[in-house]
Amino acid sequence: MDATTKKQLEITACKVRLGIIEGVYNARSGHPGGSLSIADVLTYLYFAEMKVDPKDPDAADRDRLVLSKGHTAPALYSTLAQRGFFPADELKSLRHIGAMLQGHPCITIPGVDMSSGSLGQGVSVACGMALSGKISEAPYRVYTILGDGEIQEGQVWEASMFSAHYKLDNLTMIVDNNGLQIDGKISDVMSPYPITDKFRAFGLNVIEADAHDFDSLEKAFEEASNTKGKPSVIVMKSVKGKGVSFMENNVGWHGTAPNAEQYAQAVEELNARLKELEG
Amino acid sequence: MADVKKIATRESYGNALTELGDKYKDLVVLDADLAAATKTGIFKKKFPDRFFDCGIAESNMMSVAAGIAATGKIPFASTFAMFAAGRAFEQVRNSIGYPHLNVKIGATHAGISVGEDGATHQCNEDIALMRTIPGMTVINPADDVEARAAVEAAILHQGPVYMHFGRLAAPVFNDPDTYKFELGKGVQIREGKDIAIFATGLMVAEAIEAAKVLADKGIDAAVINIHTIKPIDEEIIIKNAARCGLVLTVEEHSIIGGLGSTVADVLSQNCPTKLVKIGVNDEFGHSGPAVDLLRQFGLCADNIIAKAEAAVKSK
Repeated sequence: MDATTKKQLEITACKVRLGIIEGVYNARSGHPGGSLSIADVLTYLYFAEMKVDPKDPDAADRDRLVLSKGHTAPALYSTLAQRGFFPADELKSLRHIGAMLQGHPCITIPGVDMSSGSLGQGVSVACGMALSGKISEAPYRVYTILGDGEIQEGQVWEASMFSAHYKLDNLTMIVDNNGLQIDGKISDVMSPYPITDKFRAFGLNVIEADAHDFDSLEKAFEEASNTKGKPSVIVMKSVKGKGVSFMENNVGWHGTAPNAEQYAQAVEELNARLKELEG
Repeated sequence: MADVKKIATRESYGNALTELGDKYKDLVVLDADLAAATKTGIFKKKFPDRFFDCGIAESNMMSVAAGIAATGKIPFASTFAMFAAGRAFEQVRNSIGYPHLNVKIGATHAGISVGEDGATHQCNEDIALMRTIPGMTVINPADDVEARAAVEAAILHQGPVYMHFGRLAAPVFNDPDTYKFELGKGVQIREGKDIAIFATGLMVAEAIEAAKVLADKGIDAAVINIHTIKPIDEEIIIKNAARCGLVLTVEEHSIIGGLGSTVADVLSQNCPTKLVKIGVNDEFGHSGPAVDLLRQFGLCADNIIAKAEAAVKSK
């Protein structure tokens, strides 16, 4: 990836993070930690990988994304707003009564391909979309992002078996391996490790990546697109709360909104980073 | 009804899908390792490229169906009622119901007429569960003619549909040449003024039989087939209740949450009328031949006659 493209993606990801903080702060609830950990991959997907058109969000042959870890909706909404699907101002009314942006992704929101939030289901929905693409020989690809805690759900493994059985090579699963879930470290609560070996045993092509390095993400998605005859899963090592110093690797920020002081500090940090990137 | 042709509605389901497969090219059929029993195997034979076995993983199947529907095709997800409405309830609610996706659920082996397999497989709760999901249409056809017509009506309806089919061969009483299926409309099979009998599914034929005997006893019973439990035909319920002043419901389903409860909801809000409910009481089923079980649980013409007679007498 050339330096200009990379810098542009980093700038966009920083704006996505600002939108996440804006949304969660104004909602006074929500999930900032896991939203920040997928800000870079969502930026990569919507700005460098997926064929989508904000002017035609329901185009039949568009690429699709199902946010299986639906509680991190602020990250998806902020990315879609940056991409032009709806005004960024909508983030200020996230989770408010009567607002467009629901607490979890809702299919009626422009750019949102599927309602999600009940863990384990989104990955199966993505399998259905990918299978349908195979039936019609449609050119689109399907992406789905799962939490590393989410893969404790048995349905994830039903879906994995299904995806390999039907050779859904138009499907890319992404596991956000930030190592934390509500009750603590995933390894303490109910260890899903070794994650890569499990998916390999289920017949998927397993790719490892750094969730916060665009070169690493590019390489991973290229390998996924070029892998034929089986679905790919990118297990990406990430930092929960990435980009806001006091939220990083802190399980307390899984499902808590910042107060006014914390909000101001988070915005200050992200604006400083943005200024540094924009030179 | 010894001379009447009998066909299980699960058979009608498999046959209808197969007959409609050419007309509706977007139709895709999913099953969860029960194709031989749900009869989707008939479709698989003719359209192998549009049939997908999901293995014994019903939860995944329901969400996969949602994904297929989200791309514009019409998936039929098939398994036993116990697993469709029971095991996969939350997938049906969240993956299919909430986004209001165009998924059709073909749930076979509903009710105690599953027979020998016993209580674990005798789902008497599916209608109650499915009708609480906003936007879900719930159909329980009474015979082969109605079941086939219901499958096409489900295809033509935009939105999720739950179809309840039986394992036991059921008498065919509708005339295929004249029968018209109207989603959400009850069918007035017989007019009456003493008692209005609302029946659904397998119990419609029993209600018709019962009404004939009741007529001989001087009781004029109306018989109404409620094939669509949701949306419910309020008009036909209110009209018959008002005329008869006495209502009886009969269903091969729990008396909690099914047809009886639905009719009670309508009556209590519009036309308070004494209601007698026949169904599976608050208990599990058990093993045995289907016909014997139906008799034992009072899901037969004889019990309808007895309950109707007693109710009319105490009017």
